[in-house]
Parts: sequence; C-alpha cells; structure tokens
Amino acid sequence: MNLLSIIIFLPLLGALALLALPERKTKTIQQVSMLTALLTFVTSLGLLLKFDGESYGFQLVERYQWIAPLGIGYKVGLDGISLMLVLLTTLLSIVAIGCSMKIDQRLRAFMICVLILETAMLGTFLSTDLVLFFVFFELTLIPMWLLINIWGGKNRAHAANKFLIYTFAGSIFMLIGIISLGYLYFKTTGRLSFDLVDIQAQVANGKLWATAIAAQPYIFWAFAIAFLVKSPGFPFHTWMPDTYAESPIAGVILSSVMVKMGTFGFLRFCLPLFPEALKSQVPLLVALAAIGIVYGAAVAAVQPDMRRMMAYSSLSHMGFVLLGIFSLTRMGVLGGVYQQLNHGISASILFLLVGYLAQRRGSTMFSDFGGLKAQTPILAAIFLLGMLSSVGLPGTNGFVGEFLVLLGSFQAAYADQFSIGVVVLAAFGVVLTAVYLLYMFQRIFYGKITNPENANLADLSRSEVALAGVLIVFIFWGGLVPNSFMKPMKVSVDATILMAKGMVDHRPHWDSPETPLEYYNLQKPIRHVEALKPIIRNGPKPFLMAAPPQTPSPAGMGIRAGSGAPKPAAAAPADSKPVAPKPALGSRLAPRSGSATPAKPAPGGTR
Amino acid sequence: MDKAFHFAIPVIDWTALLPIMIVAVTGIFALIAEMFRPKHNNNLIVGVSLGGLALAAVASALSLQQPSYTTAAELFLRDSLGTVAQLLILLATALTISFSEGYLRNKRIPFGEFYPLVLWSSVGAMIMTSTMNLLVIFLGLEILSVSLYVMAGMSRSEEKSEESALKYFLLGAFASGFLLYGIAFVYGATGGLDLNVVNAVWLRHEASSHTLLLFGFGLMLIGLGFKTSMAPFHQWTPDVYQGAPTNVAAFMATAAKIAGFVTLLRVVSAFGALHNFWLPALTAIAILTMFAGNFAALVQKDVKRILGYSSVANAGYVMVAIIAFGRDSSLGYGTVMYFLLSYTLMTIGAFAVVSMAAKNRRESTKLEDLNGLWRRSPFVALTLVIFMASLIGIPPTAGFVGKFLIFFDALKTDQIPLAIVLAVNSIISIYYYMAIARAVFVSDSADVEPDTSKPSAGVAAVCAVCAIGIFAAVAFVGPFVGLLSTK
Repeated sequence: MNLLSIIIFLPLLGALALLALPERKTKTIQQVSMLTALLTFVTSLGLLLKFDGESYGFQLVERYQWIAPLGIGYKVGLDGISLMLVLLTTLLSIVAIGCSMKIDQRLRAFMICVLILETAMLGTFLSTDLVLFFVFFELTLIPMWLLINIWGGKNRAHAANKFLIYTFAGSIFMLIGIISLGYLYFKTTGRLSFDLVDIQAQVANGKLWATAIAAQPYIFWAFAIAFLVKSPGFPFHTWMPDTYAESPIAGVILSSVMVKMGTFGFLRFCLPLFPEALKSQVPLLVALAAIGIVYGAAVAAVQPDMRRMMAYSSLSHMGFVLLGIFSLTRMGVLGGVYQQLNHGISASILFLLVGYLAQRRGSTMFSDFGGLKAQTPILAAIFLLGMLSSVGLPGTNGFVGEFLVLLGSFQAAYADQFSIGVVVLAAFGVVLTAVYLLYMFQRIFYGKITNPENANLADLSRSEVALAGVLIVFIFWGGLVPNSFMKPMKVSVDATILMAKGMVDHRPHWDSPETPLEYYNLQKPIRHVEALKPIIRNGPKPFLMAAPPQTPSPAGMGIRAGSGAPKPAAAAPADSKPVAPKPALGSRLAPRSGSATPAKPAPGGTR
Repeated sequence: MDKAFHFAIPVIDWTALLPIMIVAVTGIFALIAEMFRPKHNNNLIVGVSLGGLALAAVASALSLQQPSYTTAAELFLRDSLGTVAQLLILLATALTISFSEGYLRNKRIPFGEFYPLVLWSSVGAMIMTSTMNLLVIFLGLEILSVSLYVMAGMSRSEEKSEESALKYFLLGAFASGFLLYGIAFVYGATGGLDLNVVNAVWLRHEASSHTLLLFGFGLMLIGLGFKTSMAPFHQWTPDVYQGAPTNVAAFMATAAKIAGFVTLLRVVSAFGALHNFWLPALTAIAILTMFAGNFAALVQKDVKRILGYSSVANAGYVMVAIIAFGRDSSLGYGTVMYFLLSYTLMTIGAFAVVSMAAKNRRESTKLEDLNGLWRRSPFVALTLVIFMASLIGIPPTAGFVGKFLIFFDALKTDQIPLAIVLAVNSIISIYYYMAIARAVFVSDSADVEPDTSKPSAGVAAVCAVCAIGIFAAVAFVGPFVGLLSTK
C-alpha cells in the first residue's frame, strides 16, 4: 500500500475537488477543505502504526522512475526524523484551514493554495530523491507568493517579492549542488542517480568524495545557504519579518512549518552527505545560530508589531534548532529535532491568537492593545500557555527541547568542537526570550484598557478555543512525556550523527539498515579501557576485519550484542567487535565528543 | 558527355517532405478561403489553417521513430532533431493562430492574409530545421523572414508597427547578408555546401581552409545570432516585439527562434573540431546575452518589451546548452529541444494574455494595463502566474526541468562558470517576471473605467493548453530526451 503517496497527494486531490466546486458555495468549500485536512491527518496517524522505531532505514519506501535517462525518480520514504514533521504538518494544516474559514474574498482559491502548500511540505519531508526534494521544496513558493499577494496586508507586494527572491536565490545554487552530487555519483559508479540512499552509500564508503574533496565545502555551502535562508539562519533572515507581517494568518502558521524544511534539509542532506566539510564549517554555522538566537531575541524585544516580534522570535527559536543540529551530539541533535516540533506548536498557538486579535481589531500593533485580560480571559489564558511554552518553562515542551540543545552543545563545546563562548551566548538568549515574551504579554493583557475599541472585545468562541486547545494539549504532552515523541526519532538521529561524524567506511548507510548502529557507534561509553590498549598501540585497524589473534576478546565493550537487531550482512567473527577506530592520537578528526557519560575514553588522556 | 552538364534528377522521398508540403498547401487553401469568408469573419480561415497544421503534425509525428536519412540529393535531412523541431514549430504556429482571431478583431485589423503568411513563414522555419545544406538553410531563413517582415507591419495605422517592420526588415536583411557571406567562405574552404564535411576539412590541416572556415563560422554566427537575438545583436528585439502586433511577436519569439537555434545547433556540432576557437567566443556571447537581457528587462515598464528582453535572456540560456552540446555531442539534442518546448509554451501563453489588452484599434501594453485582470478573469490571471513561474524556473513546471537539463549539461562538460552565471540570471529574472505576475493582482486605479471584457475563447484556450502543457511536459521529459539522444 502506498501510504506515503496517499498522504502527500491527498491535499492536492482536495484542491482539485475544490476546483470543481462553484465559487459561491462557501459552505461546501469550507467543509471540503476541512475534511481534506482532517482526512490527511488521520491517514498520517496511520504512519505511527506502520513505523518501526528500531530501524534507521527508510520505511514504507516507494520508488518509481520519472526521468529515467537522468536517474531521477519518484522516491519517497519515512524515517524517524520525518515522521514527526509529517504529523506536525498535517496537524497544523488543520489549524491553518480552521482559522481561515471566515475569509470573504475568494475562499476557494485560498484553500487551494493552502492545500497545495500542504502537499509541497509533506513531499519535502518524505522525498528521498534529491531532485524530487528540490521540486517539492520549491513548490511552496508560488502558493505562498499568491497567499501573500492576494490576501496579504498593506505592503504585500513588497513582502511577496522579497520572499520569492530570497528563497529562490538561496535554492537555485542548491540545484547546482544537487546536480554536482549526481554527477559525482555518476563519475564514481558509472550510473546516474539522484537517489539520496545511493549517493549517501558512496559518501559512507568515501568513494564519492575521493576525487573531489576540494569541491566538498562549495557544494556543502550551496546546500547550506538554501537551508539557512529557509530556516532562517542569521544573516539570511530578512525576508521573514516582512512575510510574517504581511501574509494572512494561515500563511504564517504554514510558514512556521515551512521553516522546518530548512532545518530538516540540514539533517537530511548536509549532515549525511558532507561529513568532511561539516567538520570544518561547524564552528561558523554554530556561531551563526548563536548570533541568530541572541539577535532575534534582542530585536524582537523592540518591535512595535506583534507579527514582526513573532518573526524575530522565530529566528531566535530556530537558532536553537540549528545549534542543536550542529552540536552533532546525540542530545543536541535530538533536542534540535524536538525543538522543531515545539516551535511549530508554540508559534502556531501564538500566531493563531494574534490572528484572532487581528480579526477582531484589524491590527496587530502593541499600541492598539492593553488591558485585555479582563475582557478576554480565555484568550489571555491560552496565550499565556503558548507563551510559557515558547519561553521554555519546565513542564512545557519548550523546556525539554532547549535544555537538550544546550546540554548537547555544551558537550560538543567541551569536546573542543567549537568555542564555549558560543554556547554561553546562546544560553543567554533564553533569558532574552523570557524578557520579550513577558513584555509582550504585559503590553497586550495587563494594565488598563487604553483604547475604547478594546472595551467590547469578544472572547474566543467555542470553535476557536477548540482549535487552540488541541495545540495546548501537545504543549503539556510534549513537556511531561517527551519520550512519546522522541522515541521514534532516536535511532534515526543516532544514524544521522554517525553518518556525519564517522570515519570513512565507518558510517552507517541507509541501504543496509539491518546492520545495527552499534557497529558504527563511537560514542557508546567504553568502560573496559583495557580493551582499547592494543588499538592505541597498533593504531587504527580496518573495520570489520577478522580480528588478529593478539587482540583480546573485548567482552562487554558496551556493545549490545544480539539485542534483537539482526546481524550485519558481512558476517564478522564473533570476537571481532567494531572497536572505535582511532586515527593518529590527538587528531582533531577523532570524534571524541558527545559521550553521554562523563567517563572519557582512554585516548583522551594522552593529550 | 561533359561532366558539368550531367545532371541526374534526384530521387525524392516525398514522405519526408510531406509535413512541409501540407503546411504550404494549407497556406494556399487559407488564401482561397479568404475569398469565400463573410465580411470580417475569419473563422473559416482559422479552421482551415488549424486543420492543415494538425494534419502536418500527424504526418511529422508518424516519421518520428524512423532512422535518419537524407533525400533529394542530400538537400533534405529527416532526423529526430528536425522532426521534433518541426513539431514544435507547428505547435507554436497553431497556438499563435488560435489566439490571433480575437486579437486581430479587437484591434480592428482582421485581415485574412495573416493566416497564409504565418503558415508560409512556418514553412520556411521547418525547411531550415531539416537540412544540413547551407544554401537550403538560407532559403528557409528567407522564406521565414520575408513573411515576418510583412506581418510585423500589419497594423498599418500604427506608427510603431511600421517602425517595427522597417527595423526588422533592414536589420534582418543585413543579417542575412552576413549569413550568406559566411556560407560563401565555408563553400570556399570545403568546396561544398554540406555542413557534414566541415570537420573533415578542418582536420586535414590546410592553413588556407582554416582561415576560410573560421571567417565563415564567425560570419554565420553573426547572422544566426541576429535571428536568435543574441547579444550584442539583440537590440532590435524589444523594439520589434513592442511594435509588431502581439500575435506576430509571439510567433517571432518562438517559431522563428526555434528554427534559428536548431540551425545553430547543427552548425555548432558541424564545427565541433574548431571548438578551441568558438568556445571562448560563444561563452562570452552567452554570458553577455544573459546579462544584457536580464538587466535591460529590469527597468522596462512595457510587458511586450519585458517579454522581448526575456526572450534575449532565454536565448542566452539556450546558448549554454548549445555550448555544452558542442563540447560533447553525446549529450544529445534533448536539452535544447526540451528547453525550447517549455519556452514556446510559456512565451506564447504570456503573449496570449498580453493580447487581451487590445481594444478598439488601440493597444497599450504597459504593466498597469494588466491591472484588474484577477477580477476580470481569475483563470487567465492564474495561468499567467504559471507562465511566469515557469519562465523563472520554479518546479514543478517545464521551465524548471528545462533549466535543470541545461545545468546538468553545463556541469557535465565542466562549464561551471556558465552554470553559475545562469543561476545568477535566474535570480535576477524573478524581479521582472514577478512584476508582470503581480500587476494582475493590483486592482484598477480609480480614475480608469474598469474593463469588464472577458477573454476571448481563443485566448482562454491557448492559456489552458499552455498551462496544462507546462505541467504535462514534466511527466514526459524522459521519453522526450531519450528520443533525441545521439548515443
């Protein structure tokens, strides 16, 4: 059963159904679009049943030829990282459609745009072919452009063009990068393919970059800039405040998913495909992330417009995601991936409520509000919850994400991956976040009603509460039982980190998920230091080679032998363990960081 | 008997010539039909023309799978490139004719001659694409151009149209002279008019023939560069497109350019052995063309001028593909032809939308004149957005796949600077393409009486066909490229 394709194209089908409806049947249009979103969400819940959290390979894979002469195919697959993002997308699409029911101008076209956006985002998260990914990645541009340009605010034309030019400029070079990767794959294997699994397999064994290592940083940055623009990362964020300020609320809510396409791109492409370049570029990327956190928070504090403030707040929050990803530690990446979801939820709540305020008052300027708490207590309460999640109060999901990110990046910084000052700066951002969010809450809800128009403001209606309430549930669920969301992603996150940090030939690859990750794992606490001594003496040894007789059998080296996962294809002798391959001691290439336990492996002490 | 007087009547395989003959004869029928039409009603002529084009397309498509061969004493070549080019030209002509009637009527110039002229013009274009003989290429070019000179001046009451015709005629005649001069040099070097022998002659290493060939190539390049509006020979393009009736401009921008590019493709591959000489020149021309087209388009206020400069920029993109092909002929013709297919669909679609601006003898095609289109006809407005997205190269449109293929070829042949220039230019182009797309969403200014006219059936049909074609072409890129592979 082609579950993934059904999920990707259900919204598009709904859009086509809308196209067949007459424009004036507003009620039917509302029902059909809502039904489509709900149906997509329910179908995507089916993924939870089918997904196997123990495997890091792509699941529910579908592969069809598309442009056969160029090796481009329609290939989709699901892993732990994309699973949750797919669910987030389908959930927030319901919210986006639900809050747009009252649009009075060309509702049908609006809903079609939203549904096409949903298809594009789902496709982006599920593609495993680079070109297909690019197609879905860019498919978001025109519907979003239309949303801003037709239903947007006063400055919509400017904002729409800025959005389009920025994102397109970022990604056109990614296209060149994609083609270069495909061509390198062709030079390596004599076969053309843009399949992520194929290409990564050649990266994992080191053949792809063997002749083109000098080009790696350039191609890496071709990808990285596209994703930094989208995420948005610090110097490439300027499209975002305009877009958020001018687009309709549904567009903003969907944008808060769309920005995840950038961070997801880092996880899916930049980490596994450019391991060597990543090592040298991480300090720069982490610095950009940290600057984004602080800069975003500082600028957010002085914005007169709620939407602009939320845009800068997104810059700040997405900085945490980036920081977590580039820490390349298990906690950091897991926290980053988790923080993606949190930001999606908490930003959507706040945008939804800001949207409701805008519907009632036609303004989102702070100066027009004040003292709303008495008038609209329910709105204030929900706003407070969303805000606290955004601040990262313990008990809410935001806390879990930020805490893990900071923990992971401190680990990485202590392991000399990048400067500790960067992490301290980022941690300072948490304080600033609290400052501007609390300040915002104060300006809207506390004090006296200064503007007489606010005196008769209606509180949230029942349907509005329902829409926001769904999201509130996730705040506490995510904050109190984070494991129910993190469990499915753990294995995929581990695999991604190992792909990025492993030595050549010691990187997992997606096409042989039956090899358990422990075979590549360099980060498992190695308790029996004795076992490492021969390796220290003799230098690195080839992976999975039959153990030479002098190697003592390192029983219990922290390897979960026979833990349910099948044995690797290459039947290694029982005593040959995937011991951490150590290159020259003290080399900076040695992945030393990220050990979850304070006990450091022995080689660390030789420095 | 003296050898010079021996002339064997060549064996002609008429099936190879059939599509061209059908179109030519259709032109005659269209002319006859004009005599029987009711006053100012050209529907009969349109019907005859479209029927003839469809017949020719069938005849052409039937020979698509055959192996290539020459006939008529090697004057005529039937190969997949030529046949696909013929089909594209037929498509462009049919689309142009489909939206012409409503436009010409709105403009009060419902002359029946337009249809035979455009048909014969496409005959010339089809001849150009189906030969390796330089003189036949020249004949085709002249048949194409002479009709175009007349059509450009068709709106006789408008000064701009006349200016456009005269400008096109003078510069076109000049360019034809260059081309012919170049052909003469090649003839001098090789002793023949067939492009196939050029490489062999070059590799014989005779200094005298080398000079002649280089001169010949350079002059031919100028001639063809004019027809395909490559910088610095592009100056006429915006003026002529702006002045000429919109449907003629659409035909010029597509059918005439397809013929020019296919010829250029054949010439470049025939001169493959000389690539050390032409590669830097063509690279410079391609870069110049892209930048000249895009930068000039940024400051334009007139949609037809923007589309004119856009066609210059697109010529630059095609040049990148042609250069890549010239470096490595195993890449196949697929890239160039696919790009031309997508270019044809989106350009004719855009011109069809612009043609709606014509009313009652006058035609203003400023950007503001598109205002309010979203209210008048949301469908046409949305198709215009699709055309613009495709021109930029945003997936999942044919324009994206076309650019993708060009990037691919460029990187495969190590033309990395060209690929980067192409990417930068795609970014620049967003600004003016989106200026066009944005204009349709701006409501009419208050002081102008809002135009409530609906698009004619022809315009709506052309927009629908082009928009659907832009998406459908994405699905068939594999077979299309496979058909044109040279491996």
